Formats: sequence, C-alpha cells, structure tokens
Amino acid sequence: MSVKNDQPDMNRRKFVGATVAAAGAVVVAPGVLLHTVAGADPESQGASAKHRWGMLIDANKCAEGCSACVDACNSEHGLTSHGRPETDAQWIRTVKLKDLNTGHINRLVMMCQHCEHPPCVDVCPTGASFKRADGIVLVDRHTCIGCRYCMMACPYKARSFVHEDLKDQSVNAPRGKGCVEGCTMCVHRIDRGETMTACQEACHKDGHGAIVFGDLKDPDSEISQALKSQNSRQIRADLKLNTGVRYSNL
Amino acid sequence: MSKMYYRELYCGTPVRYWAGMALLGTIVAVALGAAFYMEHNGHWVTGMTNQVVWGLPHVFAIYLIVAASGALNVASIGSVFGGPMYKPLGRFSSLLAIGLLAGGLVVLLLDLGRPDRLIIAMTYYNFKSIFAWNIILYSGFFAIVGIYLWTMMDRKANRYYRTLGFAAFFWRLALTTGTGSIFGFLVAREAYDAAIMAPMFIIMSFSYGLAFFIITLIAAYIWGNRELGDLRLARLKNLLGVFVGAVLYFALAYHLTNLYVTQHHGIESFILLNGGVYTAMFWIGQILIGGIIPLFLIYSPAFDKARWAVVAASVMVLIGGFFQIYVIVIGGQAFPMSIFPGKEVLESSFYDGTVNAYAPSLPEMLLGIGGIAIAMTMVAVGARMFKVFPESLEDPGESA
Repeated sequence: MSVKNDQPDMNRRKFVGATVAAAGAVVVAPGVLLHTVAGADPESQGASAKHRWGMLIDANKCAEGCSACVDACNSEHGLTSHGRPETDAQWIRTVKLKDLNTGHINRLVMMCQHCEHPPCVDVCPTGASFKRADGIVLVDRHTCIGCRYCMMACPYKARSFVHEDLKDQSVNAPRGKGCVEGCTMCVHRIDRGETMTACQEACHKDGHGAIVFGDLKDPDSEISQALKSQNSRQIRADLKLNTGVRYSNL
Repeated sequence: MSKMYYRELYCGTPVRYWAGMALLGTIVAVALGAAFYMEHNGHWVTGMTNQVVWGLPHVFAIYLIVAASGALNVASIGSVFGGPMYKPLGRFSSLLAIGLLAGGLVVLLLDLGRPDRLIIAMTYYNFKSIFAWNIILYSGFFAIVGIYLWTMMDRKANRYYRTLGFAAFFWRLALTTGTGSIFGFLVAREAYDAAIMAPMFIIMSFSYGLAFFIITLIAAYIWGNRELGDLRLARLKNLLGVFVGAVLYFALAYHLTNLYVTQHHGIESFILLNGGVYTAMFWIGQILIGGIIPLFLIYSPAFDKARWAVVAASVMVLIGGFFQIYVIVIGGQAFPMSIFPGKEVLESSFYDGTVNAYAPSLPEMLLGIGGIAIAMTMVAVGARMFKVFPESLEDPGESA
C-alpha cells in the first residue's frame, strides 16, 4: 500500500536515527571504556590540591665539595653534559655564598623553587609553563615553543633551554630540543607514590641529610614538623612568590 | 594644492628594479639558511646561553617591531591629526609599517626553539602573558593597517578612512605598550621591571619608525627617479628632532629613577660606568650617535638645506636605536641577577653572581639582517603592485 501524500516516511527516519545512534555508540564506547580503565591507574589520578610538595634545604648540612644531589638528578633525568657549561642543562646546582657584611660562608643547592605564584607561568604565552594542583611547576613539552620568556622571568635562574639534539633519554623525563625545562621535583616518583626525590635520596645516602622533601599541607610530615620547629626563609622572599622550597641556616 | 596622483613604483629600467630585488632576495635566502643552520644544530651554535637567553635576533626583532609601529605615525598624523603635508605619505607609511612588522616577526619566529610550533602559539593562549597579547596585537596590526591602507587607496572605502585612522593609531599605541611591557613586567631582573618601559618604547618607536620612513622614502624616490620636495622633508626632519629629544629625555628619566633607588645602583653603574662594551654602547652608541649628533645635524642652521644631513641624522638615529635596544636586551641580561641580596657568590656552576658573557654569532647576525631585507622586499613588492607612492612629492606651489 502506498500513500500518495507529502507525509515523510517515518520508517526511514527511524532507521536513519537508529543507525546513527548505533554508529555513535560504537565510536564512543571504546573511548569511554579506555578512559575508565585508564582512570583506575594510580599514576593517572592527577595531582591533588590536598598536597603541596616542598623541600627544606639546610645550608649548614650542605657539604663542601659534595655533588651527590646534582649527579643523582642528572642520571635520574638523563641530563648529559656536552662539555659546554654555558648551554648544558642544569636542573639543580650548588652555590657557595659569603655574607658581604659578616663574612659567614654558606653552601646550598638551587633549583626550581616551585612558587605558589610562579612568574614563569604568568609570562608563558602558550600556557606550557604550568603549576599542578599539588604545587609542582612544570613545562609541557608539547606546547612549549621555546621562546625562553620564562627564563627571562624566573628570579632563580632555575630553567635551562635544550640547546642541542638529545640522545639516550631517560624514561623518567622526556625532554625536547628547543624546549625549556627545569626541576620537576621528581614528579614521576611522586606520581608513583614514592616519597623521596632523587636529590634527597642521594644526599641522605651520603649521610648529609641536607634536603628534606615532603608535603607542606600534611602537618605531620617531616618537612612540616621541621619548618615548624626551626627558622627558615625563602629566597627572594621580597617577591612574595611563596616558594615551595625553603632554606634553613642561610 | 594640485591634485595628488599615485603610481606604482617603476624604476628607470627594469634591470634597476630587479637588481634591487635580487639583492634583497639573496640576503633573505642567506638569512633563511642561517636560521636553518641554527635550528638544525640547536642553539648552542649561537652566542646565546642559559644565562643570556635572548640574543641578537631578539634585538633585531624588537627593533623592527618597535620601528614598525612608529613608521605608521606619518599616516596617523595625516588622518588623526589632520596634517595635509603628511596625508600623501600615508599609504607608504602603512606599507612600511606592515613590512617592518613582518620582518621583525620572521626573525622572532625563526629564533624560537620550536618555530614549527607556530600553530600552537596561535591557538593556545595564556591571557596573563603579555607575549600572548602581543601575538594578538601583531596579527590585529596587520589586519587593521591593511584595511586602513585599503581605505586610502579605494575611493569607495574612503569614507571609513578616518575611523580606520583612529583605530590604527590606538592599535599601534597598544602594540608598542605590549612590546615595552615584555620588559616592564619582568620582576626578576633589575634592568627591567619598570612601568616606564611601555611609554619609553612608544617614544622610541616614534623616533626609529620615522627615521626608517625618511630613509626608505628618499631611497624609493631616488630608485624610481621621482621628485621629492625639500619642504616636506624639512617637516619630517623637524619632527624627527622632537622625537630624538624625547627619546633622550626618557632615557634620562629611566636612569635617574633607577639612580634614586639604592637597590638599583649596581645595574646603573654597570650600564653607565663599568659595564665595558655595554657602557660604550650606551654612551657612544645610544647617546652620542643616536641622540646628540642627529640633533646637531637636524637643528644646526649650517645643514638647513642639506639633504645628506637628513639622511645622516636618520641613519644615526637607527644605529643609535639599535644600540639602545641592544643595551636593554643584552645588557639587562648580562648583569647578574640579584638572587642572594647581601651575599657574594663564591662558587656556582651556573654563573650566579657573575657578569654573563655574550658574543653574537654570525648566523644570528645574518638572520637579523635578513629581517630588515624581508621588510624592504615587502615594501618594494607592495610599492610595485599598489599605487602607494605619489607620482611627485614636489613642494606645493613649485609646479604652478
């Protein structure tokens, strides 16, 4: 039986609708499934604002001539020297200081201070410099265009630019020629649930214990207890960046 | 005043035009080769380091971008401030502005660590970053000045001429404010972090842009065998004098402010007294070559009618301007950052507390010069394709 009027054929419409719905489900379902599976993995839970990771560095304990933390950082992240100190990447460095008035001599390590208000994040045009919810300041190597404005803005000279081709990279820290990088506070370890950074581990192993790493938001953590019981300071505290890295006996 | 006719730029012989283009093309090709060399090897082959992160390419790029917005001033005077002597120059002023900006941006882009990620720079914006704003300001400048040029050339669009003139004028002020703020917003380094950077860059743009304009105008009229009157040139010359004086004034205000603040005495004595090459560039380059001598050439009655004096003054303004930007960009980075106030750095593997060395490499220089060549190529092609230059710029009344 055929109806001769301009009524649309509802059967055809239903068929098209059902086909589109089925095709849509087939396309979307695997993604949803993968997303659910991936979400179950602790490493992809994402950073939580319940933590703020920080460090306390005791300038009195930083031993003369020791470079254990620097070496550990280099091997952890695959930072290799090319014999060109001006352009070689340095995520952590030792600095020896003398007070101009009193003559008192100190030694300490400098790295990204993981500011609460990081100038590098403010100036980054693409948002590649970013701060995680847990306070760790990182560079997204997929969106860094290598403009180096963050290096101009950082008051701590904490960042390095990759000046050459890279070989034998470490799985812990994928790097990229032409991108800017810096201390990640061993974010790969934190995301695995570990409680020590490479530099802290090395310093501890050598018996100096100058570096304490931990959660500033956990009142019972070693670092919170230490910060509560002794005087500490932020470098360039005048800039009010509220750094995650603090120094004692400086 | 007789009616103004505009005509495409044709030189006496085709060889004359194409030889000029070939020369510019060669410089551009060499620059692209230099950029490829630097990108292929990585930045270690340049003079730039982790301490001096912005080098000669940035000096060229900022210089050209600043000059670009200033080159538009002649058009703005014609349309916004109603200067009849300047109005016929408006088309060329806009074309030059577009060319200079393009040249500067090419240099800036090709010096990025990842120039292939231009699309990311255009699609990912962090609106707190003045750099991100600048990307919008630069793109908008091309669009607005392009339409502005169109309203000048197409009679049908001419009714929007004044509106576009205002828009372009405000946009160029915003653009140079953005460029100056790149430095003005940097708290980390003592040479920067000053609000005066934005207005100082605007006044610098007036000066360099006009100097570029005068030189390219004279060059184009020689190239195309056209008449250029002394009266119009005298106007431009006097205006340049005002701008050069203003640049000197801003330099004075900037340094006096810094000198008042004890905390900044270190950077001030570095630039003004004991910074070696930077001190020399400041006093000899910026102040003497870029300021005092041009002022003398412009205002001395001895050179009243001398066209070479106008050319010489403009060239010196450009040389001095280059040194001024060099001192700001490189000098500001060479001076050690005050990470540990009150302490002397005895040892550091990362050059803390020491004056950072920077020696520009040849590829950087070639890339930068290529930026100027790109600007000039665009102007030459644009002037050939569009009716930009008045057929004659002889003084009013001469032809009657």
